[in-house]
Amino acid sequence: MRWPAYSEGRSRRRYVNRELIRELQSLLGAPAVLSLPEELLMYEYDGSIEKSPPDAVVFPSTTQQVSQIVKLVNKYDVPIVGRGAGTGLSGGAIPRAGGVMLVFARMNRVLSVDYENLRATVQPGLVNAELTRAVEHAGLYFAPDPSSQKSCTIGGNVAENSGGPHTLAYGVTTNHVTALELVLPDGEILRIGNAQGNPLGYDLCGLFVGSEGTLALVTEITVRLCRKAEAVKTLLAVFDSIDDASETVVDITARGITPAACEMMDGWTLQVIEDYVHAGFPMDSAAVILFEVEGLREIADTQAAAIAEICMAHHAREVRVARDTQERDLLWKGRKNAFGALGRISPCNYVLDGVIPRSKLPQTLRRIAEIGRASGLQIGNIFHAGDGNLHPLVLYDPRAPGRTEAALAAANQIIQYCVEVGGSLTGEHGVGMEKSELMPLIFSEADFALMRRVHDAFNPHANLNPAKIFPMGKGCGEIRVRHTGGHPAPPIPTNLGHAAPVAPKPNQPVARS
Amino acid sequence: MPQTAASLNASLASILDAGSVLTDPSALAAYAIDEVAPGAVVKPASAEQAAEVVRFALRERLAVIPVGSRGKLNIGNAPARYDIALDLTALNQIAHYDPGDLTLSVDAGCTLQTIADTLSPQKQFLPLSLAFGGQCTVAGTIAAGVDSPLRQFYGTARDFLVGAEFIDGTGTRVKSGGRVVKNVTGYDLHKLLIGSLGTLGIITRLNFRTFPVIDGGDSQSATFCAAFADAAAAIAFRQKIAASVFTPDAVEIVSPELGRIFAAKNPSAGGPSSVALGNWFSPEHWHVVVQCHGTPEVRSRYEAALRESAVDAGAKTNAAWPAQSEGYQSSEFGSEARTMGAFVNAAPRILRAASPGATIFKIAQLPAKLPALFNALSTVADEAQIPHALFARGLGITYFALLPLEPSRDAAIAQLAPASAKIFAACAAQSATAQMQFAPAQLKRRMNILGPERPDFAAMRRLKSAFDPHNIFAPGRLL
Repeated sequence: MRWPAYSEGRSRRRYVNRELIRELQSLLGAPAVLSLPEELLMYEYDGSIEKSPPDAVVFPSTTQQVSQIVKLVNKYDVPIVGRGAGTGLSGGAIPRAGGVMLVFARMNRVLSVDYENLRATVQPGLVNAELTRAVEHAGLYFAPDPSSQKSCTIGGNVAENSGGPHTLAYGVTTNHVTALELVLPDGEILRIGNAQGNPLGYDLCGLFVGSEGTLALVTEITVRLCRKAEAVKTLLAVFDSIDDASETVVDITARGITPAACEMMDGWTLQVIEDYVHAGFPMDSAAVILFEVEGLREIADTQAAAIAEICMAHHAREVRVARDTQERDLLWKGRKNAFGALGRISPCNYVLDGVIPRSKLPQTLRRIAEIGRASGLQIGNIFHAGDGNLHPLVLYDPRAPGRTEAALAAANQIIQYCVEVGGSLTGEHGVGMEKSELMPLIFSEADFALMRRVHDAFNPHANLNPAKIFPMGKGCGEIRVRHTGGHPAPPIPTNLGHAAPVAPKPNQPVARS
Repeated sequence: MPQTAASLNASLASILDAGSVLTDPSALAAYAIDEVAPGAVVKPASAEQAAEVVRFALRERLAVIPVGSRGKLNIGNAPARYDIALDLTALNQIAHYDPGDLTLSVDAGCTLQTIADTLSPQKQFLPLSLAFGGQCTVAGTIAAGVDSPLRQFYGTARDFLVGAEFIDGTGTRVKSGGRVVKNVTGYDLHKLLIGSLGTLGIITRLNFRTFPVIDGGDSQSATFCAAFADAAAAIAFRQKIAASVFTPDAVEIVSPELGRIFAAKNPSAGGPSSVALGNWFSPEHWHVVVQCHGTPEVRSRYEAALRESAVDAGAKTNAAWPAQSEGYQSSEFGSEARTMGAFVNAAPRILRAASPGATIFKIAQLPAKLPALFNALSTVADEAQIPHALFARGLGITYFALLPLEPSRDAAIAQLAPASAKIFAACAAQSATAQMQFAPAQLKRRMNILGPERPDFAAMRRLKSAFDPHNIFAPGRLL
């Protein structure tokens, strides 16, 4: 096999060597190992704006193989990153700097479904929507439903603790995971949690779900299944002012109405979506809110009526109710394909994921609009209004000088504002390497010290997904934290392997063809 | 290192006001855990003072156990060491409440009653309210990992605790999560505090999402009860509910033995109305108590559907079908169990009053597997000739009580120890997980409350070392 040439001018030395590749091939078979540059191209990006290729990609078929790969790669002191479908939005499933990428595409089966107890055990590479497809004949579904559910994997959902529109009423991934099989960074296989779901002892599942692949690789997942509600009503409320729409969300929340979903889209975003999806969204509104209410028919009816009334009280132009499943699906198709629609009109968009207290929604949306005007950038809003999880989309053209920087600066201002009003950096996309430098906005050095000890308790050599979540304290080619006005974040000394993967390793021969 | 009582108190008094350090032996006795009294009790006035106490303990390598209202301290292993009781009841403020966001941030020593009083004018509540009564502190409730019947609908603390501030074992004040309802920023360390029994950190503040009250406006709760000949029929009823479109707030299963204790009108359940409630249970039947809430329309649909499912599952008689408009109260407390739901929830207290050696296991098992579990548990108890009783939450949490009659403590322990080991083994054989929730101190000195070594204990020990590198927090209480 031909080892790819070490490219001229490349600032980083690779240290996956031919011997490791040979060993991986003999372990997994040659087709399960990729290492040619053209093969690796597909694996250098995820859904974020970051790009960083691995040195090799492997496709294990079993938990045993995952464990063997980890042990083997450790022998070479090379970092490992796990990956599902690569739809993540924070750079969690791409390496910070080379190494071996472990892709779970071949571990994509539903292992068992327990219909009596409403549990399913699945492999991490199973596509989210496939689980619901496998159980919907029995009136069941898997509740976490990221917009990317047709391609994202449940292993990725577990790593990122993914959300989705319907997690407002039903909870995010962590609320649905009862047990996990893990491969720890030393290759040990460990089962945690129990099928029932009540931890006795420390809540290990609670820690590992959402740990972004920095503590273990997940090889098996037991999840709760939900039963479809008797009645579902989908409403579309159309507003002539964003303020009215956001006040509506505040009012509905404050009155204790919890819809199954409460999604808001601003007028500009709607036009873009409508051009693409033709879902019947109004082209001239300032904002719409897509509501879904579920439950017994009496409950769904009562809630739908209450929501419609509140919308009208806040000057909604109209409230439409989907008449059938087809209409409902069309409205959701619009919502779930929004990011694709936006991709058609702008070379690049940067999706934020800030969370705010829901009572602060109107002022936050006004602030985002101001930031957009001041930066001269188009910022679309399409987000989970019901749980205060914003997704401002900053559109920019990276080829135009200064626009990338302007987009990142605007994004930072928005996130800082979210934090100022009592919110947080990320509601469902994860920190990864995309938001690691923003972490000091929330956490102190003391907080990092404990998180680092927890990290080191499982991943002491940072061989698994190094240099994620924790701030590196200095630039990595793209410094995006610009502390406008405030004090600069203190540099964070770290032993998380941030330096290790990028430093040349004297003992590792640099592979060349 | 180990100090004399006088020097310990003098040192602590230099950190806090002298009035915040208790030295009187009778005061120390009131803080005893499993018959072990602390060397000193300190009652810091702020989180920073609490951190100073921890830093002092760290320097001196003293063991610190955080305490609140002290109602649940018998959950956990007997402490291996216990130098300082860190009483957090003076940290008792509501730090932040945003009714419009349904989020609440409270100090560790806030009582559930204070929380209920804060939330109820806004028609909101925290579904922990029922755990053990209004005087419990919120941090004690979280650290003890107790649940409530409402978990059927609202989940457990891990589903609505959104952030925490605590002191780690280096004496540093740290935080995890935030104050918003959806957040994946950083590791979810606050989840680890739930059920940690004070072994990982000293909780100083907790952030929750809150919920609209069950009983408000048109919506009221209602409780139903059906009687069955055996556990299998009772579980079949539970399974029919689970397979329906109905989503009750609580489903509780009561064994005939517990029904007998209830029917005996045990005075520990409270005042006169508990006598009437006790009459609902017969010693011959398994009972399933179901609570729902909603408008009159919704409640009547529940009643019809539950009645039909109960009959399908073989309910003994329609007569055993009391319905009342009051169920599990969402925002009220009282020493008296005035409602059926509260009555069942008082079961651990009633069971412990029924036998001084009462040993209660909390067991997690999938609901459809409960008949086999119940069978195995009662076989162990019967073979050991120990009376027993159980109740189970509908989602698969079983509380199984061994109620030895032996008047001699040593004889009771001699009976309980082998039986308890067999219960852990029986649970493991069925892939169920068990914790000894309440047990005499002598029994806990002979076995860990989590049973024999499990594969995940090593990972838990790693976490303990990460949070508390010098093992100064509640040493020995969990692992």
